[in-house]
Amino acid sequence: MGSPVPGAEGTPLSAASSTSPGLKPPTRRSSELFLLAFAAGLVTIALILVEANQEQELTMRIVWLGLAYLGVLTVAHLAVRKWAPYADPVILPCVALLNGLGLVMIHRIDLAKEGDTLPGGGVWSPAAPKQVLWTAIALVLFCIVLAVLSDHRTLARYGYTFGFLGLVALVLPGVLPSFIAPEINGAKIWLSFGAFSIQPGEFAKILLMVFFAAFLVSKRELFTAAGRRVLGLDLPRARDLGPLVAAWAVGVSIMVLQKDLGSSLLFFGIVLVLLYVATERAAWVVLGVGMFCVGAVVAWRLFGHVQIRVQNWLDPFADPSGKGYQILQSLFGLGTGNIFGAGLGGGRPDEIPEANTDFITAVIGEELGFVGLSAVLVLYTVLALRGMRNSLAVRDTFGKLLGGGLSFAVAFQIFIVVGGVTKLIPMTGITAPFLSYGGSSLLANYMLVALLLRISDAARAPKSTPKPRPQQPAIADQFTVMVERPK
Amino acid sequence: MNTPLRRVGLAMMVMMLLLLGNATYVQVIKADDYRKNPLNRRVLLDQYSRERGQIIAADGTPIATVEKTTDRLRYLRKYANGPAFAPVTGFFSTTYGTFGLERVEDDLLNGSDDRLFARRVSDLITGRDPKGGSLQLTIDAALQQVAYEKLQGVTGSVVAIRPQTGEILAMVSTPSYDPNLLASHDVEEQEKAWLEYTAEDGPQPTRNRSVAEIYPPGSTFKLIVAAAALEEGANKDTQVDGRPVITLPGTTQTLPNFNDTTCGNGVTATLQEALAKSCNTAFAVLADQLGPEKLRKKAREFGFDDSELTIPLSVATSTMGPMADKPSVYQSGIGQRDVRVTPLQNAMMAATIANGGARMKPHFVQKILAPDLSVISETKPDELDEAMAPDEAALLRDMMVESEKNTGGTGKLSGVTIASKTGTAEHGANVRENNPHAWYVAFAPAEKPEIAIAVIVENGGQQGLSATGGRVAAPIGRAVIGAYLGSR
Repeated sequence: MGSPVPGAEGTPLSAASSTSPGLKPPTRRSSELFLLAFAAGLVTIALILVEANQEQELTMRIVWLGLAYLGVLTVAHLAVRKWAPYADPVILPCVALLNGLGLVMIHRIDLAKEGDTLPGGGVWSPAAPKQVLWTAIALVLFCIVLAVLSDHRTLARYGYTFGFLGLVALVLPGVLPSFIAPEINGAKIWLSFGAFSIQPGEFAKILLMVFFAAFLVSKRELFTAAGRRVLGLDLPRARDLGPLVAAWAVGVSIMVLQKDLGSSLLFFGIVLVLLYVATERAAWVVLGVGMFCVGAVVAWRLFGHVQIRVQNWLDPFADPSGKGYQILQSLFGLGTGNIFGAGLGGGRPDEIPEANTDFITAVIGEELGFVGLSAVLVLYTVLALRGMRNSLAVRDTFGKLLGGGLSFAVAFQIFIVVGGVTKLIPMTGITAPFLSYGGSSLLANYMLVALLLRISDAARAPKSTPKPRPQQPAIADQFTVMVERPK
Repeated sequence: MNTPLRRVGLAMMVMMLLLLGNATYVQVIKADDYRKNPLNRRVLLDQYSRERGQIIAADGTPIATVEKTTDRLRYLRKYANGPAFAPVTGFFSTTYGTFGLERVEDDLLNGSDDRLFARRVSDLITGRDPKGGSLQLTIDAALQQVAYEKLQGVTGSVVAIRPQTGEILAMVSTPSYDPNLLASHDVEEQEKAWLEYTAEDGPQPTRNRSVAEIYPPGSTFKLIVAAAALEEGANKDTQVDGRPVITLPGTTQTLPNFNDTTCGNGVTATLQEALAKSCNTAFAVLADQLGPEKLRKKAREFGFDDSELTIPLSVATSTMGPMADKPSVYQSGIGQRDVRVTPLQNAMMAATIANGGARMKPHFVQKILAPDLSVISETKPDELDEAMAPDEAALLRDMMVESEKNTGGTGKLSGVTIASKTGTAEHGANVRENNPHAWYVAFAPAEKPEIAIAVIVENGGQQGLSATGGRVAAPIGRAVIGAYLGSR
């Protein structure tokens, strides 16, 4: 993998901050522009291929979709130029490519499902235009975050506020009555406001990460205090287990109240990583994984929906046209796609339920093959590792922790969703960041990227440029002045 | 804080490697299993929505084409004159799969055949929808139509072959079915037709009697016995048994001539007369004199016991049966007992005699065409065996000409010499209750053969117990020969 990690290992902090005062480091905005243009080119070709394969002719529709996408890219690039000029040049192009590819796939699935009647009785309405609109809104949020938040350390000051908001957002759909928080596809994670609905959990993820980062940084010493030493592990003191237990409880409650296994796993994993990074102690991970295992086994024993997921994972052929249908169709699509795929527009995504949300990576695997799916995975890896590299480079601990957490969140989410559709782990139904159709996911993830860019800007920007000292002539050139000897 | 961050970065890479590894497992190692799983409808849907190749007759008349539709399966298979050509084409059904030529050449027609590889690569690059290749047949569309019409109202088959090449000119089986109904995109229409065509107690129209059914050949088998005798040095004047009835050795069972007629002087007859009058006693005794080994050898040279034969439809194996004892050898000599042939085998036999004893491989796919109708490959005439020496074949031909003169039935052609042999094959447990199958094998013109045919009418058609090959099958055969020679 041509990932930037070896470079990151080899060039610690110093690489970004070694610029001599007075000499501005390159902003790398031109590299970013070049990469963005490359991404836009790829997406355009993909869009044309889809149209050509599906419709046999190019329609005006793709011109509008394409122009909207290009507009979004331009604005994003300009925003970064203005508000975060030293930001990492690779992150935004990765996001742009993923977002664009997602749009193409969503459009492609629209074409396949055009005119289909839904089980509920309605007619399939194209999702791509809505996704473009969501992208535009996400971009506004992205700009706001970059413009308002000139220094990420500001966030640490509002840690508890964010934590409270995040908790509320997380638990809200689970506790609200179902007329406002309906259960869709077995999960109670939406808030429905008439025509549109949001998933507060997506935002909660970021809010809680900010809170945990701030909290852990301020209480870092507490958690590193030695407890008992067991089997070579420094166990934390029992009273310091509070945050971990709280996170575990929240995770379990998401699973129970909202039947959302994926988010529960994602949330718990992120907290664990934040704890580990903040304390540098593996004991937290061992403890956390242990608690997760206990929780998982208990949940499996108690809840039918957990048992079904596990059953589908172990043997999807047990009920091929019922419970196992979704994962089997995903596997069939991936298998049929083989190494090089059926070609964009050449697959059968209409065979896979939830093709444009949870299973969008399966559609990519079917149409672009193993090669395409791997490319997408590598893109995510690059994105997450760039985020991680910037976290290594940034100078403040809060930035390190938050950046590391955000980066890990992207990678872990992809692991859960792609692992699910390829039957590596039980299918848990969460979205693929930037790819999947869904406004909340897109908004939240664009905010996440804005934060990553902000942190990377801080890592690479020169320290506030020292004022130039007034020029003084050499001592030899000084006039000799007669000074009266003090008396 | 940097050390744990690096470790987390490492963990992320491990997760990605796990995903990549698993994707390799699913998409590369297990890919074929998933792709071919019967629950996976993708391959099927792909095939049905691809522009399938055409099947066209020898003169370019389209037999099977596709029509663009607006539904999910983008192309509808259309069969021009479906029932007449059904034994040739088979069918292509979205629910019930493919059958006949549509099945054996499916890869070519749906475009996945390796012979279309170069074309597929260019499709991949240009993003063009892959199309299937086409098949040009040896079938003479007009002749097929005539033969089909002549067989209306009866259960039977006609196979016509060009003797010199083995090209099948017509292959008809009745009652037939309409493959259009099975190819319909209307699932209910498909199901209705399917249930009707495959009903256990129905006429089983999807059976291709020409190649898939085996029947006792009756007296038509005497040609092979005669060929074996000719090889042993006999000629048309060789004296053979002429008694009206004989007793099978070691039993009390008798074997009579048709209507107990005598042949020759009632004791012996010439081989030519015995064949012309289709004397059972003569050929039963002759078969015994030759012995089962020589009979079987000759039959094999004419194509029996060949389980590998494909035209490209696979052909049921024609067989002599065990011939374990003398009575069964006697009975086998007149094409009864356990002797079984396909109509195609009998047509091939006639064609072999017509071709001076050289047996050509029967086939009905002339050319394999690329989607743009350029020729990818062409079937070359293939001699399978030398069943007879040319002079023996000429002798047998002359005897068949005499046989034709001796055969009744209507529709005799003027100006054309036909060489033929009829057969009236008893079958079933009680031959007095089961109407016999009526056979007619022939080629014409005798002096320079252009067409060889075999006709079978199961259970004598409407003539019942009194049916004979001459009365029932010969008029059909003559009409088909006449139509073919008249159109030239």
